Amino acid sequence: MAECHPVGFQWVMEAKARGAKVIHVDPRFTRTSALADVHVPLRAGTDIAFLGGIVNHVLQHDRYFRDYIVAYTNAPFVLREDFRDTEDLDGVFSGFDPDGRTYDNSSWQYEGLEVQAASGERDQEYGRRVESSRSRSEAARGESHGSGGAVLSAGEPERDETLRHPRCVFQVLKRHYARYTPEMVERVCGVPPDLFRQVCELIAGNSGRDRTTAFAYAVGWTQHTVGVQYIRAAAVLQSLLGNIGRPGGGILALRGHASIQGSTDIPTLFNLLPGYIPMPHAHQDEDLDTFVQAEATRKGYWAEMRSYLVSLLKAYWGPAATAENDFCFDYLPRLTGSHSTYETVTAQIEGRCKGYFLLGENPAVGSANARMQRLGMANLDWLVVRDFSLIESATWWKDGPEIDTGEMRTEDIGTEVFFLPAAAHTEKDGSFTNTQRMLQWHHQAVEPPGDTRSDLWFTYHLGRIIREKLAASTDPMDRPLLDLTWDYPTKGETDEPDAEAVLAEINGYDAHGDPLTSYQQLKDDGSTACGCWIYCGVHADGVNQAARRKPGKEQNWVAAEWGWAWPANRRILYNRASADPDGRPWSERKALVWWDEEKERWTGHDVPDFAPDKPPHHRPPDGATGVAALSGTDAFIMQADGKAWLYVPTGISDGPLPTHYEPQDSPFPNLLHSQQRNPVRQLLPPHPDNRYQPSGHDPGSEVFPYVTTTYRLTEHHTAGGMSRWQPYLAELQPEFFCEVSPELAAQRGLEHTGWATIVSARGVVEARVLVTDRMVPLTVDGRRIHQIGLPYHWGPNGYSTGDAANELTHMALDPNTHIQESKAMACDIRAGRRPRGRNAVDLVLAYRARAGIDDGTGTEI
Amino acid sequence: MGVRTWIDSWPVYRQLKGVDPLGRGAAAKSRDSGRLAPRVQTADRVVKSVCPYCAVGCGQNVYVEDGRVTQIEGDPDSPVSRGRLCPKGSASLQLTTGGAREHQVLYRRPHGTEWERLDLATAMDMIADRVIRTRRDGWQWDAGGLRTRRTLGIASLGGATLDNEENYLIKKLFTALGAVQIENQARV
Repeated sequence: MAECHPVGFQWVMEAKARGAKVIHVDPRFTRTSALADVHVPLRAGTDIAFLGGIVNHVLQHDRYFRDYIVAYTNAPFVLREDFRDTEDLDGVFSGFDPDGRTYDNSSWQYEGLEVQAASGERDQEYGRRVESSRSRSEAARGESHGSGGAVLSAGEPERDETLRHPRCVFQVLKRHYARYTPEMVERVCGVPPDLFRQVCELIAGNSGRDRTTAFAYAVGWTQHTVGVQYIRAAAVLQSLLGNIGRPGGGILALRGHASIQGSTDIPTLFNLLPGYIPMPHAHQDEDLDTFVQAEATRKGYWAEMRSYLVSLLKAYWGPAATAENDFCFDYLPRLTGSHSTYETVTAQIEGRCKGYFLLGENPAVGSANARMQRLGMANLDWLVVRDFSLIESATWWKDGPEIDTGEMRTEDIGTEVFFLPAAAHTEKDGSFTNTQRMLQWHHQAVEPPGDTRSDLWFTYHLGRIIREKLAASTDPMDRPLLDLTWDYPTKGETDEPDAEAVLAEINGYDAHGDPLTSYQQLKDDGSTACGCWIYCGVHADGVNQAARRKPGKEQNWVAAEWGWAWPANRRILYNRASADPDGRPWSERKALVWWDEEKERWTGHDVPDFAPDKPPHHRPPDGATGVAALSGTDAFIMQADGKAWLYVPTGISDGPLPTHYEPQDSPFPNLLHSQQRNPVRQLLPPHPDNRYQPSGHDPGSEVFPYVTTTYRLTEHHTAGGMSRWQPYLAELQPEFFCEVSPELAAQRGLEHTGWATIVSARGVVEARVLVTDRMVPLTVDGRRIHQIGLPYHWGPNGYSTGDAANELTHMALDPNTHIQESKAMACDIRAGRRPRGRNAVDLVLAYRARAGIDDGTGTEI
Repeated sequence: MGVRTWIDSWPVYRQLKGVDPLGRGAAAKSRDSGRLAPRVQTADRVVKSVCPYCAVGCGQNVYVEDGRVTQIEGDPDSPVSRGRLCPKGSASLQLTTGGAREHQVLYRRPHGTEWERLDLATAMDMIADRVIRTRRDGWQWDAGGLRTRRTLGIASLGGATLDNEENYLIKKLFTALGAVQIENQARV
């Protein structure tokens, strides 16, 4: 955090000055470790074993927050009899289909109630929900239209508040983690038991009524074939300790880009519509009602999905969207499986995807398996690159690594390339959503120079020109385009669209065109339009709330009048849980929101994340649905059961509980199960340039004996497009390097400031050598293991140059998020510079031959 | 130079006699540094902004003079950052005004070996034509008997420094075009 979010880290240091203990868990010693009380180096790729060990400690030593978990989590819920854990089936859960490499999650559900997920893989439930509800909708044909969502089994799940029922979540959890002992943590992670116990006690001792512990993470947790389960492991621990929805608690995603939070809220992602409404998958005869029936929850705010979706369709298609035509629901293109950026690369290589826009992104060095990215681009008809400078993704046809090796010739590459220079943040109006879900408006200071333009300008005018060209078309495929509301006001000499007009559409408006103030006003009858329901209120009263800048010094610690946080300007989500079931703060020290008996309302320092007038002792009437079905203690209002999920009955592809699996490429066997890797990890179709390596005890695994991880530095930004062209930053970090321990340097003859060549089954790179005690060799299962650190900012262009670490990475993905595993790999390292030309290719081929790698290696279940 | 001025210009004397006994402020100032003024002093206006690098969201004050950005500093009003910027944020003046930024549209024709210049309006028109053609070529009304109403010909990958408003228009336009392979750094 001190490296990559230095200014945010000032608050960690403020907390430390007030007595907080700071623990840093990272394979490397960094600027964060230097300021932490405890640094715990561990083997990259073993965090679930580590976190599972802490969960086990908390459960075995009764350090969990009992009142919290009984009231606010699903700990008391009883599971179905047919559920089997990884402890029963040696590393897989019940419902595993080895042929399809998927899980059927029906046995993961609660006894007596089937729930839908608030996020994640909601389509998992489609068949069951639509089939089971189809009979109902047929019985009430015509009347189901306009209803507020699917009514599923109306009962309450079976609960055991004593937490003793052998099939209750709490007991299942206890059994699942029983083998995650300090000794096992030592064998798997390489963390000594004393150090591990110290961490457990610091965390457990700093949680409860009076104290809270926060976890902060970044892509060191997400970029794994089990990335979602890493976050889930932290969620299990934080829920057990009562650290969610409370000040000083939480699991904080430290996001690395100015608006990466915004990019998922208002997504440019294949599987989502704005506000986390899923993109529809292709199903037989699916209309708006069946979609909502399948995707919405019965209880909580997701039960209102129809209102959110209809309002979005009205924002997109305006007057063309009517109740008679299902509000143009049919205009939405349908998914068939995953269409993530990595499948797109495959589709480019196979010649199915022919046109590509890169809008401020540099996959030629920044995405996993950079070579595959370039092969994809070399097979396009056309490519549009919008960026500040000539990044590698714009110039690979001229000077990419494949030109050097002779595998490609510029004259043979048919891709037509358009480079359009981009405007800077100082040259346009707009909002970023920061890592705390807070929108902040940046104002235009000057006009963009020359041909530089904002992406708002590019998208708006591209759409305008296409619509003009197709205006006379009668082809039904052009209807969604021609019916689109696309009449934004423009201004200035460049005809820049008015960004605030777009924000106003995102916020939404009623039938009279007046701005909405809250998503609770959204209707499913077409009388409201809203581009992103969770952002509703950001333009309340026609005022740009994201541009509010009341100085922090003139506000309390919540600073609610600086910017605007979704939803409803709440700064801490699920903050009903900061009060006890009776509505009183768990302690004065940790008071945030509470029930005011006299005024009969929730009040406090933050905006309560709860119906403001719903008393703590409210119990919903039988058969209630939606928001009305939430009780006064259902603090987790977006969840289908109102509870924090220690155990996930639906919504996750790879299991209801986090389980340790080894990374795709690992020098070690899985010590917990004979199941080596995540059985449902996502592997792309075999390709000669995306080979995997043998792992564990498999022959050939010794060819790649070192663990490798990638990371970022303070002085650079991701793939370097915004930092390698800045002289100051180039001077601070002038070239690519690798970090190795003195012991590894001696073993492999590596010299400080000299060169090293690093090889994987995918590629070879060279890097300057930094020999440093910051890389600590570990003892894992009795074996000495070295880790190699690779900052990944580089490519050949710009002032600060070097090979791209992503030449080494592969495309094995987390099955939920489709994110690549670039934080834990295995590789070899040797002294000296890498070969040039054809010899570089031959070196990689020789390694593959030596390790016995073919298209099946590493693809076992 | 009079004796008085000469003695006054002696830092040790000023340190002993003045209000700066530790010699870290006024006493240590030379005549040259005394004449220096902050570079932002002559700015015509200060525009409120946000750092475009990581997602902490540090406040920035953008100083503008004669229609040009002359300096970018941390905004002390921000409850997030309290006026601080990291090395990247501090270098954002170079990011926005540096000489490494391209200001012109460039075009590489199929099999071409060098960049060519292209007028922006022409480039936009050419891109629109290619979108229309590729969308049509990759169009799919159904797949395996299920309605899909989409094109698999076009894909997009965006960075996560895009504004919310930009992402909104990108998703809206591409969805209306029937493109589904719309992705972002948030995946990576």
